[in-house]
Amino acid sequence: MYQYIIKRLLLMVPALFGAAVLVFFLMRLIPGDICDLRIGGEGGYRDLEMVAACRTEFGIDDPMYVQFLEFVWGFIRFDLGTSMWTGQPILYELGLRFELSLQLAIMTTVISILIAIPLGTISAIKQDTWIDYVVRSFSIAGIAVPSFWLGIMIILGLLIYTQAWFGTPWMPPIKYVPLWEDPGYNLSMLIWPAMATGYRYSAVATRMTRSALLEVLREDYVRTARAKGLLEKVIINRHALKNALLPVVTVIGIEFAFLMGGLVVTEQVFNLNGLGKLFVESVINKDYTLTQALVMLVVTIFIFVNFAVDLLYGWLDPRIRYA
Amino acid sequence: MRSVISKSAIALALGVTTALWVGGAAAAETPKRGGTLLYVIPSNPPSADAHRETTFGTIHPFAQFYSVLIRVNPDNPASPTDIVCDLCTEMPKPTNGGKKYTFKIRKGVTWHKTAAGAKVSEDVKKVYDQVGGTPLTAQDVKATFDRIIFPPEGVKSARKGFYTMVEKISAPDDETLVFDLKYPSGAFIPALAAPYNFVYSKKVLDMDQRWVEKNVLGSGPFRFVEWQPGAFISAERNPDYYHEGKPYLDGTEAIFAKKYSINLQALRGGRAYIQFRGFPPKMRDDLKKALGDKLTVQESAWNCALFMTPNNKKPPFDDVRVRRALTLAIDRWGGSKYLSKIAIVKPVGGIVFPDHPLAATKEELEQIAGYWPDIEKSRAEARRLLKEAGQEDLEFVFHNRAVDMPYKIVGTWMIDQWAKIGVKVTQRVQPTAPFYATLRQKKDFDVSMDFNCQSIVNPLIDVSKFNSDDISGNQYAGYQDRVLDDMWEKMNRTGDVAEQRRIMRAFEKRALDEKAYQFVTLWWYRIILHRSDVKGWKISPSHYLNVDLSNIWLEEPLRSESLK
Repeated sequence: MYQYIIKRLLLMVPALFGAAVLVFFLMRLIPGDICDLRIGGEGGYRDLEMVAACRTEFGIDDPMYVQFLEFVWGFIRFDLGTSMWTGQPILYELGLRFELSLQLAIMTTVISILIAIPLGTISAIKQDTWIDYVVRSFSIAGIAVPSFWLGIMIILGLLIYTQAWFGTPWMPPIKYVPLWEDPGYNLSMLIWPAMATGYRYSAVATRMTRSALLEVLREDYVRTARAKGLLEKVIINRHALKNALLPVVTVIGIEFAFLMGGLVVTEQVFNLNGLGKLFVESVINKDYTLTQALVMLVVTIFIFVNFAVDLLYGWLDPRIRYA
Repeated sequence: MRSVISKSAIALALGVTTALWVGGAAAAETPKRGGTLLYVIPSNPPSADAHRETTFGTIHPFAQFYSVLIRVNPDNPASPTDIVCDLCTEMPKPTNGGKKYTFKIRKGVTWHKTAAGAKVSEDVKKVYDQVGGTPLTAQDVKATFDRIIFPPEGVKSARKGFYTMVEKISAPDDETLVFDLKYPSGAFIPALAAPYNFVYSKKVLDMDQRWVEKNVLGSGPFRFVEWQPGAFISAERNPDYYHEGKPYLDGTEAIFAKKYSINLQALRGGRAYIQFRGFPPKMRDDLKKALGDKLTVQESAWNCALFMTPNNKKPPFDDVRVRRALTLAIDRWGGSKYLSKIAIVKPVGGIVFPDHPLAATKEELEQIAGYWPDIEKSRAEARRLLKEAGQEDLEFVFHNRAVDMPYKIVGTWMIDQWAKIGVKVTQRVQPTAPFYATLRQKKDFDVSMDFNCQSIVNPLIDVSKFNSDDISGNQYAGYQDRVLDDMWEKMNRTGDVAEQRRIMRAFEKRALDEKAYQFVTLWWYRIILHRSDVKGWKISPSHYLNVDLSNIWLEEPLRSESLK
């Protein structure tokens, strides 16, 4: 077990290095730089001397390998540097947004699980009945409908119907307040994007739960349990569902990692000052240091979540042994 | 004769009625104290240092904290020439043959003390303890303009090029500020009134020139409370503000929301009461339909122009006949009528902002290629020129910015205009950063969309975009013309408006017509939407102007709602 963990930890190094190479060079392949955007980026007067000074300040004039080595050396020392756009330490920029993104990811995952596990289970138990068809249609719709579109529809729906019913249009708050400061206000802001995104992710997990459970229900040990006269409820809950959850946990784990940095469009739609929105802005602003740090952060989260999911397998299925 | 008299009488009666109505309305609208203004900013400021930045994203949230020496009249911001004092006591008359301006700085202005509930670090509090409550003097204003015009090592000043006429700045005492110029210039006063010229404390600048990038300490109508990058900025009323009775609001809260759809929904859903940049016509119509008389619309010509820029170094666009044909094909008068219904463009103008005294009149414009009143005649001439140049089957790629409003919409319209003279054009759009890289570094485009968007209307500087590309920082057509450069210098070195105007016409004719280097298509049109209970604010021709919020007050029920 320990050998396995050490091996997996060591394997993270080339994965992180590969990601570093990719993000560094891909960012610089796109023409243009931050100084072009920051000085005269809105079509106004552009001081050429200042553009040159800007490039020197950010090291954009340095040879590529020097910039790359500085980036890698900083990452090794856990020094992410400062944002080229705001001049603030990147850890500060991330810290400002991390809480919102984490809360949204947790809420989305909880909503996704609350929808997916019961629906997937019911769908499997009631296979090929009208209930199964309804659940499958619901989940296919969830996959087909982009969450940002659903988000827009939710906002417009709230505006239109609150105006029609109460005379005054209402929309979710657009300024974040932490959960412990004002839980009601906080939830009235985040519940909508969590629902829009949670539905999308629940759809995948519902289908996964259904197919995994159907497979397990055909196993010999389930037949044996039935032959022993165990209650169907006990068979499903205690014997089948736990084993069927292996692939579902994998999907949910990867989704969670994705949610931490990947809610790019949903955060824009609801004006959430999270990591996804920061990601988009850093790319648009050609803020190399911030984009690199964000990519490395997301890659690290992905790697560790995958690792944690692999370890979780052992708990869910005692037959799995690590070598 | 009788008809003239009766028309005059009617006009007089209408005038009196209007004046009475306006006066009555003004009397009814007495400003009221209290409330918090919620507004959205479709940007995220890179820093708080307005001397360094070039984006409205810095002006909209931070202008409320700072004083400026002079500014566009907040009671008459529509006028591009009405400039009044903020920190000074009266607008000075130049002396020494137009080369010396002496400003008297008002007494009793103090730097902000820490606001109640301000969320600042201990280090920042220490600075407030040292500076807050102390008087603002001419020494502070001098330190500010020294930083802008003669920036010390390591300090970036984005507009120091506006002040090439300034020789030195002095403050002989705490109430007097003197600018000595190398030569008289009509561009000087508007440049001083640029909204970026926040006055910073000398003590703060002496301590750390870059402190103001991440922190706020001003003397303006509102005091700083909190800034959460990417999210919001909040402020409270400055009780010691020097313009009596102002500001009317108890505080403000600006929310950063880049998406225009969010801006619109926020106005509709009451999460914001105003946005100061502007909206497209379709959004105006939708919101008006939804909110009815709860929404007020203010509209104005906008000091931004969309350009069509041929690459003068690339054949066949190195041929003036081809370039002239391109501008002659475009029906600006017709386009203004139709495009203004769907895009943020409207005024037809030459190189100067249309409402400015230095701008060409309609009659003058109609003498310039591309502005002729008869579009058929214009297009016939365009076809003739193309034939003469051997370019009857001209095809090219039009390079555009991947932003719908107004770039792609106007770009698509232009392609249709060129099709009418037999030119086949395909459009290539790029996101902003690569778009600029193509214009500024690669320079491999055929014809490109470009734009000139300025803050205060200062035509003598704004038209520097037409100077040679080794002088102008934002001329992308790739030409060099020393005759134009000389004209520009002459225009800027005279204080005589008539002379400025005469040279400006010749400059315009040469740039747009004779040499046909690059072209103005249409000027932008600014549409501001706000809740009708937001009072006291008037639209200006630029989204950078008149946003210190000191004139704004809230009518009920919005004032009470804002406090919930």
